[in-house]
Amino acid sequence: MINVKNLTKKFGEFIAVDNISFEIKAGEIFAFLGPNGAGKSTTIKMITTLLRQTAGEIHLNNTDTLKKSAKARQFFGVVFQDPSLDDELTAYENMHLHAVLYHVPREKRTARIQEMLEFTELWDRKDSLVGEFSGGMKRRLEIARGLLHFPKIFFLDEPTIGLDPQTRNHMWNYIKELNKREGTTIFVTTHYMEEAEKYADRLAIIDHGKIIASGTVAEIKKQTNTTTLEEAFLQLTGHSIREEQGAYISPFMRMRRGK
Amino acid sequence: MNAIYILWLRQVKRHLRSKSRMIGSLGQPLMYLFAFGLGFGPIFARAGQGDYIQFLLPGIIGMNIIFASVFSGIEVIWDRQFGFLKETLVAPVPRFNVMLGRTLGSATMAMLQALVVLIIASISIFKINNIWNLPIVLLTMFLISVIFTSLGTMIGSILKDMQGFHLIVNFLIMPLFFLSGALFPLKNSNIIISGIGTINPLSYGVDALRQLLSGIAHYGLFLDFGFLITVTILFLGASGYFFSRIQA
Repeated sequence: MINVKNLTKKFGEFIAVDNISFEIKAGEIFAFLGPNGAGKSTTIKMITTLLRQTAGEIHLNNTDTLKKSAKARQFFGVVFQDPSLDDELTAYENMHLHAVLYHVPREKRTARIQEMLEFTELWDRKDSLVGEFSGGMKRRLEIARGLLHFPKIFFLDEPTIGLDPQTRNHMWNYIKELNKREGTTIFVTTHYMEEAEKYADRLAIIDHGKIIASGTVAEIKKQTNTTTLEEAFLQLTGHSIREEQGAYISPFMRMRRGK
Repeated sequence: MNAIYILWLRQVKRHLRSKSRMIGSLGQPLMYLFAFGLGFGPIFARAGQGDYIQFLLPGIIGMNIIFASVFSGIEVIWDRQFGFLKETLVAPVPRFNVMLGRTLGSATMAMLQALVVLIIASISIFKINNIWNLPIVLLTMFLISVIFTSLGTMIGSILKDMQGFHLIVNFLIMPLFFLSGALFPLKNSNIIISGIGTINPLSYGVDALRQLLSGIAHYGLFLDFGFLITVTILFLGASGYFFSRIQA
């Protein structure tokens, strides 16, 4: 379903993603892990056509993302790390706008919007402006919106960051259920190792732009001779603290993210 | 087509919901109209040029449109910072259509704001020459709006920071406005001023409005519309090019 071959991204001299390749099968839950600044978000941005790669190829459902980007974009839904909703529109208007942009047939729109808003427990707030929503509600709305057009692949870039345990738990329930019910392929990045350990079918660990380990949780634990994924992760990527590189985050965004 | 419409609708809704934007946008043109119009009026008349208000109002309409239009480009930067831009960039819709929807939406609002100014002026101190020209007046206002909204979108697509946008846009709008014949006649003016006026799209917009609203012509409607339509197409194309090159 997702096929990445020799993918590289350079920002000037800095190599953010260094010749990585991986393949994700239909219906898999795939976790993409790595320390800050390892290249996770850059990879997601390239796969979702927001950033042009320096070299390499990406195929989504056998469609080249560079040559046929409009077609490839129809296959996936995405929840970015930072919110991408329109705060001055209501929840319903945000959903409706998305439905039109993604060519959801007119006769299916209303029912699908309601289904997704009910799924994420936001239906009774559908006419509130998104600007009035809490961080958790916004994230739920983004999930609802990302799923609106029946995507085959769903990308989630740190979907549970900054959320309380209750909401995190809910979030994963949605993801699991979706994966089961609609057979959606899930590609998720996270810093919470226990989440990856619990929910991912397979995972890859990226560091300094290179994939340093991949396989099932059991395989990686066995390979590093550790008992938890967290230990394995630390053993593979080291204990020192990372600074984010290559990603521009304005103080403004930091403020919003902190919410 | 649907995508263009829904993005147009979004721009319009956002504008209509912001009361401060709606009211604030009327302050500047009305102030110019009353202060300049009434202040310079007697001098203008003494110089044998007739009623200054009749001359000035179409220029003020042009000014209102150019300010509202070019500054709407900041919404591209705004949407980039708030993240909404990404939602439209990953949508399975040609980027040109995304740009077109946004641009037409903001242009519609710029045109409507100018229309409100025209209405307020007409019930107070301005006399419309021929009321039947109004549909063509609206068309002219829309063309000017589209030209300068595309310009704003273009700049918003290239720049990333808001302060820079303000500086560059001010630097750009002021000469375009002052050298467009909005405040004084280009006829018989200094060769440099009338020369710059000849390549300034706003000159043709103001000239068309002036002929339709007050019956005073400089270039003539044929040249006005030829120039406006050509620039509209050029700017939309350029805006589409720069908008589709945005990477997040």
